[in-house]
Amino acid sequence: MKETQKNETMVSDNFSFMQKGFHRREFIRYSGLAGAAIATGLTLDACSKDTSISSNGVNFGTGDYVILNFAYALEQLEAAFYTKLISSPYSGMSAAELTLLTDVRDHEIAHREFFKAALGSNAIQDLTINFASIDFTSRDNVLNAAKSFEDLGVSAYNGAGRYIKDANYLTLAGKIVSVEARHAAYIRDLISNGSFADSSVIDANGLDTSRKPSVVIAMASAYITTKLDASTLPA
Amino acid sequence: MNINDIISSVSEHDPEIYGRLDTRRQAMRSFAGIGKKLTLASIPLALSAMFQKAYGQTTTTPAILDTFNFALTLEYLEYRFYQKAVDTTNLIPLGAQLTAITSIRNNEQAHVNFLKATITKLGGTPVAEPTFDYSAGKGSGNGPLKAVFTDYATFLAVAQTFEDTGVRAYKGQAGNLLGQGDLLEAALNIHSVEGRHASHIRQMRKLNNFGTVKPWITGNDPGVGSANSLVQPSYDGEDNTVQAGVSIVNIGGKGTSATAASESFDEPLTKSQVLAIVNPFIVS
Repeated sequence: MKETQKNETMVSDNFSFMQKGFHRREFIRYSGLAGAAIATGLTLDACSKDTSISSNGVNFGTGDYVILNFAYALEQLEAAFYTKLISSPYSGMSAAELTLLTDVRDHEIAHREFFKAALGSNAIQDLTINFASIDFTSRDNVLNAAKSFEDLGVSAYNGAGRYIKDANYLTLAGKIVSVEARHAAYIRDLISNGSFADSSVIDANGLDTSRKPSVVIAMASAYITTKLDASTLPA
Repeated sequence: MNINDIISSVSEHDPEIYGRLDTRRQAMRSFAGIGKKLTLASIPLALSAMFQKAYGQTTTTPAILDTFNFALTLEYLEYRFYQKAVDTTNLIPLGAQLTAITSIRNNEQAHVNFLKATITKLGGTPVAEPTFDYSAGKGSGNGPLKAVFTDYATFLAVAQTFEDTGVRAYKGQAGNLLGQGDLLEAALNIHSVEGRHASHIRQMRKLNNFGTVKPWITGNDPGVGSANSLVQPSYDGEDNTVQAGVSIVNIGGKGTSATAASESFDEPLTKSQVLAIVNPFIVS
């Protein structure tokens, strides 16, 4: 796999960082920090012709490519997480958990590879992911991180739909987000049976959570070493 | 014929014309603003632009209202289904299972109320709740699913089918709401809740040994045993493994199986497919 694990500990306690809300001001502050710390993190791979990198970081492109690359970045993150989770299972993982979490890994890899293929030369580079803040031996720690990733993924697709201009891409996003919702519910039920759609994600109107792409990227950046340029993302 | 005559003649066919023009104050203002500079010959063009602004949004609104009323019908179907189940003693085991179904009932009820309020806000009329026959007997109460409120396995099989169908139905309507901002987002926010419900119901069925289902849909398998043939239309097409012309099986050389390829994408259903599926449950 390309998702090499770096040992940078730039953002400590990423986990609580993701679980709480994340405000734009913090994002800007964080981006500045990232800019200083990560500039040397790019590999030669990152400089291939298909990637657009400036001193501002990886650019998501224009038009619907912005949203597709945004989704591709998230799927890279999720696929890397579950790949690591399955390659080093937490202690006490049941056979049923291993089976279904392997499914989740395979789904996320399929999503990642789909976006890579569909975007072709418009795809962003392979991102360098850093899970140093997650203790992969701890069931609680891993499942809570998984819950954060899945809920984040659902809110990301839900919040990005309004910026998609092509109906086919919108349907594609819809095909993926409901699978992320199935994952989210499963992981949540593993942590606490019955929490599949609790009030931490569903409001009084019975609506799930949406997050703006810039907010999602700010949250995901806690685990992405490669510097991202969120400037073309809808704020 | 002057402008007032034109507007008043339109009002004979559309009593709301004054309201439409008035709520599009910008259209009126811009017309008034440029009116002074216009030659007589160009007035029809400007007038046409004004009417387009006044009617522009309403040409799309009926489609949006239809979409939301369609969604409301499905939410009524789900809400009343769970309501009846919760009201039926000795159907759902007390404890976690009753809590879960009650919580899903609450979400569906919230969806009903939210959609009714949204349709009203858009100037439409929410459809009334139909009368349902959950035996799929079209009012006979004696359809093929007549054990739905007496046999827990049947109840959960129908619940799973409703949730999976709901996910597919919303997905199929997303294109109708393309570019509709908050309205699209709200529909997406309901869509993913149905996905969460589907996942949990499937886990409940597995825990009760009612089926070998996973939280996600595998191939086009309903996973409801003897009831498979009854609900197969809700799962037809879910075995798709090609997305946007890209084959997902072994994509990127990562060994993705056909099973994983089908599971990793849920598929939409058209409105007519969904209506055919729910038709046996709707009496009137």
